[in-house]
Amino acid sequence: MSESDYLAEIREQRAFMMQHVPHSAAIGMTFVDVEPNAAILMVPYSERLVGNPDTGVIHGGVITSLLDNASGIAVHCHMGERKGMATLDLRIDYMRPATPGEDVYGRAECYKVTNNIAFVRGTAYHLSDGQHLLDDPIATCVASFMITGGPIADWKEMAAQAAGGQLPADQSGGSH
Amino acid sequence: MDALQQLRSSRDEKHLKALLQSIPYTRFLHIDAELRGDELTMILRYHEDLVGNIMLPAIHGGVIGAFLETAMMIHLAWVSDTDHLPRPIDINIDYLRSGRALDTYARGTVTKHGRRVANVRVEAWQEHRDKPIAAAHGHFRMKDEQGETA
Repeated sequence: MSESDYLAEIREQRAFMMQHVPHSAAIGMTFVDVEPNAAILMVPYSERLVGNPDTGVIHGGVITSLLDNASGIAVHCHMGERKGMATLDLRIDYMRPATPGEDVYGRAECYKVTNNIAFVRGTAYHLSDGQHLLDDPIATCVASFMITGGPIADWKEMAAQAAGGQLPADQSGGSH
Repeated sequence: MDALQQLRSSRDEKHLKALLQSIPYTRFLHIDAELRGDELTMILRYHEDLVGNIMLPAIHGGVIGAFLETAMMIHLAWVSDTDHLPRPIDINIDYLRSGRALDTYARGTVTKHGRRVANVRVEAWQEHRDKPIAAAHGHFRMKDEQGETA
């Protein structure tokens, strides 16, 4: 499979999975795009994600979910195939609070894959006039993943079931 | 924060739970706290919205990170006399086992409590305390300082 075909498949698959993985759907996480070694996701601002009711700033944990997920997709982009994997560790540095009311974007880049370990770095940021403000980060992360080769969801089968209306309603991602 | 003020004046389990209920995101994740003597245990009550891997199924790694971060933050708020929630500077999360479709528990310890910054460690487990599913350490800012944004 050529690189562009593989990335096209990841785009289709991830846009579907974002809505069908319960936690991703629950926080409204949205697929934005992939590049050969990188992935971009977005979490829309929502009152339920607020970590400090005095300021309205979203909880750091939302950024952890965003960057963890983007990092995993970045590894798949780099490998050129989907394989089961597990996060080994994730370090997050918080640079500034997210702006209340604004959507948070996360871009992760996989810069090295060995036989069974993948290394990723990522950034959480806002958009301004459609520009990705990567040089004004809310948070940055570094993560490593172990490639386990374990089971992965057969998204095409899930998509076929969803089209046939066989998925339970609470997995349809329709809460947003 | 009103809930934090009340926790400072009456340091009990009821006000710990009230503080967690006053934060939208911890309410959304179903994070609870229990106090036995002076030992604080945080609980992440399992529900479907936490699932990140539908094959296993397993709790989303981001949720486990969020739970550990909250456990560190609440532990610090509990042991120190602070009038605002401690704010994370950096967090290191080690994922040790997959988080299964079960309740998860966490306990923290303060490694160093400085004037401005505190260092905290936390460990999370499910069925067995000696089989942790994740561990984390992090730095938190304890004081609001003028001119600082983070």
